[in-house]
Amino acid sequence: MAKVGYTRRSVLRTGAAAAAASLAAPMVWSQESKNIVLRQFGTGVSNLNEVATKVKEDLGITLEMTALDSDAVTQRAATQPDSFDIADIEYWICKKVWPTGNLQAMDVSKIANYDKIVGIFKDGKLTPESEIAQGTAPHTVGFVEGQGSTKFADEQTNWMTLIPTIYNADTLGIRPDLIGRPISNWSELLNPEFKGKASLLDISSIGIMDMAMVCESMGEIQYGDKGNMTREEIDKTIAIFTEAKKNGQFRAFWKTFDESVNLMASGEVVIQSMWSPAITAVKSRGIPCVYQPLEEGYRSWGGGIGLSKSLTGMELDAAYDYINWYLSGWVGGFLMRQGYYSAVPETSKEFMTANEWGYWFEGKEATDVITSPFGDELAQAGETRDGGSFYDRMGSVACWNSVMDENQYMVRKWNEFIAS
Amino acid sequence: MQILKNRHLAGWLQAAPLTLILLGFLVLPIATIVIVSFWQATEFSIIPAFSFENYEFLFGSAVTGRVFLATFRYAFITWVFTLAIGFTVAYYLAFHIRSQSVQIALFLLCTIPFWTSNIIRMISWIPFLGRNGIANQTLISWGVVDQPVEWLLYSDFSVILAFVHLYTLFMVVPIFNTMMRIDRSLIEAAYDNGASGWQTLVHVILPLCKPGIMIGTIFVVTLVMGDFITVRFMSGSQRANVGRLISNDISLLQYPSAAATAVVLLCTVLITIAILLRFVDIRKEL
Repeated sequence: MAKVGYTRRSVLRTGAAAAAASLAAPMVWSQESKNIVLRQFGTGVSNLNEVATKVKEDLGITLEMTALDSDAVTQRAATQPDSFDIADIEYWICKKVWPTGNLQAMDVSKIANYDKIVGIFKDGKLTPESEIAQGTAPHTVGFVEGQGSTKFADEQTNWMTLIPTIYNADTLGIRPDLIGRPISNWSELLNPEFKGKASLLDISSIGIMDMAMVCESMGEIQYGDKGNMTREEIDKTIAIFTEAKKNGQFRAFWKTFDESVNLMASGEVVIQSMWSPAITAVKSRGIPCVYQPLEEGYRSWGGGIGLSKSLTGMELDAAYDYINWYLSGWVGGFLMRQGYYSAVPETSKEFMTANEWGYWFEGKEATDVITSPFGDELAQAGETRDGGSFYDRMGSVACWNSVMDENQYMVRKWNEFIAS
Repeated sequence: MQILKNRHLAGWLQAAPLTLILLGFLVLPIATIVIVSFWQATEFSIIPAFSFENYEFLFGSAVTGRVFLATFRYAFITWVFTLAIGFTVAYYLAFHIRSQSVQIALFLLCTIPFWTSNIIRMISWIPFLGRNGIANQTLISWGVVDQPVEWLLYSDFSVILAFVHLYTLFMVVPIFNTMMRIDRSLIEAAYDNGASGWQTLVHVILPLCKPGIMIGTIFVVTLVMGDFITVRFMSGSQRANVGRLISNDISLLQYPSAAATAVVLLCTVLITIAILLRFVDIRKEL
């Protein structure tokens, strides 16, 4: 049984150097391996049915997807290791979940496009001159010493915790038509001008970061590391926001993607923490919405695929095939055309038109209409992407989504903030 | 065979299925929750140690008191409205509709909205009450207000509105049930003795409806006190009740802390119901 996988893998390994495109070509599969089912769960971001359909077409693997919110994903990865084969999680979730031993490390030598993965996920540097941002930068939790190790390695090893799949730089979303003036700082979120028209996301680990960006921008607090605050810093941050909440600054808090879209599209909120595709969703309804680049920089996040500890034999081989396929370009193109970034951008280029590549990756003016993979028009010719090119955006990351040493304390404080 | 004829044994055997079910599905889970509430947790694991830390934090935090108070407030206000509406609807159905088939038809009509999901009925309020929603647009076009009314949505108002909408039926049904069983000759006797309509209502019908009101009250109070999703959606996560504290804890993997809050909530609800039952002996009146 395992032989099937071995053969496929050697094909992959030799074929990888030749052309990434060849990976996407259908391979000869035995009847047996066609029946392989991999259960993947993760946040809605990358759990897309299109991916499942395409992987079935290209590799014959049946991918069963479950989309959950970040908290539920963490919960499931930490408590129900047998309920999934592949966990599509974020790096900060990995920091929480890895020590439970529910995931197994991946052999880097089996990853065909490893060398082409963006530096952020390997040594932490986008370009050799880049500075590493605060928070749980992906490379700090990207490697372990060996199979079975629950301690993260300080440098690249042969054992990767998550294969990076998707990442982006987040900022505030605004309704330019309802605000009517330029916004250029995070502090605007608490500007009394937007009283009753602001929103924040109610996912503590991410929300606290947005709070920190705001407090730092207001000049109220100087953080040692926004991704790893002291109790005192947490208290101060929460106090500032509790005060604002009591003054009626916030219209609502949101927890799911759809809520954030509805808040913005309905005009309940004009400025809020938001995710890139939510902006796209608002825009596709014909409502102006800008993913506003801010002087202080972005709050960034990255996700990756992790393998369940219980994955073995042919399923494990299939999972490696799936990962290699994931990095081979089609998915990258699919995600990048929605505004995310692929871990291996160069392979995605082949699956995008020059116009799309220019608009999404290089920050150039669109030469023609930009449409999403779902057929929605996202931009007209002559428009440029909010924030510019890949290097402009990912180059000004101030902080990565993270989990703090004082996480439990922060969570309780967050709970109090929501209840106050 | 002789052994089955033993009266005591037969009795035990008859009681056994229910006892087992209650033990397995009621006592055991609650015991587990109580035990876990004394444990400790990190974000990675739950530590089975005996500690009062969760309770200390719970009773030490000023937020807990406020949230419990808010929970009671929601329960009380919702109770007042559901009782007023529920009693009126049941009264109309029971005493004003003469034909039994119309009665049944109207009663079924009341239940039709309950064939759809709770959450859908709740969420459908959101576009209606929003800043640019139908309610505000109508008010503005009528000239009642110049600016959209902000407190219609994401406020205590919207939370209670949704509660009342969701739970009034739980008042209607038991009250209607007791009203239908009131002996009509008692009402005639009241009239014959010169009681006005109001006096009949207050001194005859209301006392006889007490068990129904009490059952409805228990439904509404426990449902509202245990709810978290209505508060979350209708307040836009701005308000909290105890259910939300628990659900936040669970989503953040703080099971022991959630269990401690659940235990305190359970005790609170049990005490509330015990007090309610002091007023009416349901078993006697049924």
